[in-house]
Amino acid sequence: MASQLKAWISIVLILGMGSIPARAETIRVTIEKMVFTPAVITAKVGDRIEWINKDIVDHTTTVKGGWDVVISSGKAATLQLEQAGPVDFYCRFHPNMKGRVTVTR
Amino acid sequence: MFSRTMTALAVLSLLGSISLAHAADKPTDPQIAHIAYTAGIIDIEAAKQAIAKSKNKDVVAFARDMMRDHEAVNTQALALVKKLKVTPEDNDTSRSLVKAATAERAKQDKFDGTAFDKAYVTNEVTYHKQVNGALETLLIPSAKNAELKSLLETGLKIFQGHEQHAEHVAAGLK
Repeated sequence: MASQLKAWISIVLILGMGSIPARAETIRVTIEKMVFTPAVITAKVGDRIEWINKDIVDHTTTVKGGWDVVISSGKAATLQLEQAGPVDFYCRFHPNMKGRVTVTR
Repeated sequence: MFSRTMTALAVLSLLGSISLAHAADKPTDPQIAHIAYTAGIIDIEAAKQAIAKSKNKDVVAFARDMMRDHEAVNTQALALVKKLKVTPEDNDTSRSLVKAATAERAKQDKFDGTAFDKAYVTNEVTYHKQVNGALETLLIPSAKNAELKSLLETGLKIFQGHEQHAEHVAAGLK
């Protein structure tokens, strides 16, 4: 009885997983010496980007008309990608720092 | 406008003289550390004045960014000279920079409102351009210690970012 119940739970869990379009991933972007690495990213809706700032100054990841997140010096920040499409991001404090993420469904 | 042009010319000729001094008289590491630190202090002082005087939120936000970044770089510079047991050495370039900046601040203090905002942001573009030029052509090539050179190189990238940021703010004021 117990093992039957366990099997049912497994099936439900598998079905449950199946309803999620794809497994969300976390992409890591490191900021060091005023550069986003990698600067060109491809991702899927639902994925997260973890921004790690190794510089001595604060940075932002900013998209015109979109997101704007401050990443303090020595800290990390995570952002979930909610919309498909290509977006150019930059640092609002240092606009010479740029990157691009292409988000697909 | 005339006096602003004159100040810009004074800064240009000052930094021009740094370049001219290049071949014959390269600054030493203790002098470079002093010049870089002084250049940072000057921008922090200008930012403080802008925060006190400006009512434009973009200008104030920019000034706060300048203060935060230059303080961070200078903190790093102080930690480095301490580690390297280098005592920053005052020199003619540092003294000229301070003199020019003191005059610039006094001049800007007479402006208010939009006139002040424009004077501050325009000078920030000019100032960063000149300091970046000096870093590229004189200070970085002259630096002997690898860690000092590396900090100056990072500083240059940060200040190039400031230059672009200042240009964006200036464009928004027009």
